[in-house]
Amino acid sequence: MNSRRSVTGELRAPLCGMGICFECRDENQQRTCQLPFAPQVRSPRSPGIIIVGAGPAGLAAATKLRDLGLSFTVLDDNPTAGGQIWRGDLARTQTLGSDLITGTRVISIDAEARTLLLEDAERAYQLPYTKLILATGSRELFLPFPGWTLPGVFGAGGLQALVKSGLDVQGKRVIIGGTGPLLLAVAALLRKKGADVRLIAEQAPLASLSTFAKALLRRPAKLLQGAGLGWTLAGIPYRTSTWVTQAHGDESLEAVTLNTGHTEPCDYAAIGCGLVPNDELAQLAGTSPHILTAQTGDVDLATLAGTAAACRAAGHPFNEAPLTDARAFDAALRQAFTLRPELRNLAAPDTFVCRCEDVAYSRLTPWTSFRAAKLQTRCGMGPCQGRVCGPAVRFLFGWTDTSVRPPAFPARIATLAKTEGDL
Amino acid sequence: MSSCKYDAIVVGAGIVGAACARELKLAGLNVAVFEASGTIGGGATAAGMGHLAVMDDSDAQFALTSFSQRLWSELAPELPADAELLPCGSLWVAADDEEMAEVHRKYAFYTARGIPVEVLDEHQLAQAEPALRPGLAGGLRMPADSVCYPPCAARYLLEGIPVFLNHRVTRLEDIDAGLTILATGTAVTQFVPWAPVAPRKGHLLITDRYPGYLTHQLIELGYLKSAHAVATDSVAFNAQPRATGQILIGSSRQFGTEDPVIEQHMLTRMLARALEYMPGLANLQGIRTWTGFRAATPDKVPLIGLCPGFDNLYLATGHEGLGISTSLATGRLISDEILGRTSEIPREWYAPGREFAHHE
Repeated sequence: MNSRRSVTGELRAPLCGMGICFECRDENQQRTCQLPFAPQVRSPRSPGIIIVGAGPAGLAAATKLRDLGLSFTVLDDNPTAGGQIWRGDLARTQTLGSDLITGTRVISIDAEARTLLLEDAERAYQLPYTKLILATGSRELFLPFPGWTLPGVFGAGGLQALVKSGLDVQGKRVIIGGTGPLLLAVAALLRKKGADVRLIAEQAPLASLSTFAKALLRRPAKLLQGAGLGWTLAGIPYRTSTWVTQAHGDESLEAVTLNTGHTEPCDYAAIGCGLVPNDELAQLAGTSPHILTAQTGDVDLATLAGTAAACRAAGHPFNEAPLTDARAFDAALRQAFTLRPELRNLAAPDTFVCRCEDVAYSRLTPWTSFRAAKLQTRCGMGPCQGRVCGPAVRFLFGWTDTSVRPPAFPARIATLAKTEGDL
Repeated sequence: MSSCKYDAIVVGAGIVGAACARELKLAGLNVAVFEASGTIGGGATAAGMGHLAVMDDSDAQFALTSFSQRLWSELAPELPADAELLPCGSLWVAADDEEMAEVHRKYAFYTARGIPVEVLDEHQLAQAEPALRPGLAGGLRMPADSVCYPPCAARYLLEGIPVFLNHRVTRLEDIDAGLTILATGTAVTQFVPWAPVAPRKGHLLITDRYPGYLTHQLIELGYLKSAHAVATDSVAFNAQPRATGQILIGSSRQFGTEDPVIEQHMLTRMLARALEYMPGLANLQGIRTWTGFRAATPDKVPLIGLCPGFDNLYLATGHEGLGISTSLATGRLISDEILGRTSEIPREWYAPGREFAHHE
């Protein structure tokens, strides 16, 4: 795990595990969590249908297009296919074969010329498309609390992703917190990898979860998934209406305090407050008849949404009913795991909200919009481009920010100065 | 004046409006600021580079920029840290002998007027900025120039002054004040349709932090050709070290558009030009781009002073790319005029009702 010094000199280590937070970047500004552990695949072709994202939605879209006999290319920033849920899945990576290009970011979209500007570790090139399917998935919502910038505090999905990329958690004491069914999946993985999972702290109250359980009963397949996890998770305390209020440690995590007042020693904390869509590329692209967006959510919804997007791109009929059903389930899930208002009050005046620029909570409170706060404090002005603090200030202050401009990810100047495609 | 709630209302909370409001407050007037957006310094002030420079395009421009630079240096000790004042100096880069002749002309001009300047030959230039490509002819160093972060400087200038954000003025008659100062940048034509101010679009890019990569604000001398080319879109190499270690890269100029979208072809041209001067930029990470609109006048001199046809409406706009530089001088000239004081430089050069000899 790479560490770095923040702009105010704090020691920092990875948070998100999926190339979003830029906390793990090295001296060349490369995000070490995204460094290839499998051979990088590059075989740009064109023109055809391009799918951005090789997670559940992108893979479902690819499968459908293949069934329909259509050619396509899948792009992904990650080292392998699978997205975060199947991160490091070499079998799925191999299945896509030469239709997959990994380690590649979309820097800009020219919707009029139907061209993508792409960058990988070495090159930049333009790739034309006939149809574009954006299957860019989700990232976690990270809410600031005192100590959350300490190395050892990860996202829940963040620690999951890092473990799938090879991080050793054998014998590590871990507290899992935040909200949602993801916490259970993370606990199961960590236990399987030999971690000592001390507690799952679910912020939602038991009453909301009961509602969710009723929704589950209408979906037997989901129930079985839950039961399987239950078996794996036997013996791990699962507490509702419980959340981490503070992380302690000198230059790395040593303990967390819960809202109950109890302090629990630990090596790692994995805290995720739900998912937010990676919708930057969709915003950048704007609306176009040639661009389709696959809604993100749990695996079932993503799979159906990816399939639907592929059918639309191909002009092929698609049965909407299962997708509608999956959306309703997703909505019920979100309802059950609604964030409680107390989480808005966790940050102390000196808690950093923007980790790139080390902007403390108290510097944001005088402002009434994200743009004003950005201009006056540099909040959201760092290399993560507000991917971490943007959703946080939305929850904390109700601020939204709709300005997405190229580059969609930090990019080499040489990439942005590119004039012609070289395939 | 006593019947109104305020002696003066400044419309526009950009850095020019902020400087006007501050001067009027210091002169003892009861002043407030109306800002249509929700942000202080959110227009051209946020988009600009924050280069505080002395320029010699005309006598009027020289007088205003050099006067303003003196005011900036007086203000410097009290500016807050987040205004990021960096006394980096400017370095005009000459690519060839023709541009080197321009360096010598500028040297004579500034020296005659007491502005410290220094001519650098090819080797001195390479020493001063090692990241520049080899083979450039030389340059002109202006050590008294500096850079700042304009939105925070504007906020500082407005301290202690009531600022009404999200307060859009639709009709001047609605303003309950003895005097109104329009510091609305390109939006001045909403109130004064004949005002010879047109938006001139620019693109900028900022990199991640690379402390020490660059020392001076660099501008190619070809910039002057670019800045004067009104008919066509143009780009020029312009690179600025920020107090954060970031590098701000410009510049582009376009008339005839009011769409703030990033135009890939302009960004590409602008960055390709920067790479011609500084090839090593190629591997640095660009993290953000944006556009902005300069308020341009036909003679490249701002409109500062009483608006013809009114006895209580003043204009402070049309600063094109020099609004940050000349904001403080603008505020001083406006308050001098309102208070009947003599100014240190001839105010008539900037009078909104002057004759405009159209440049091409």
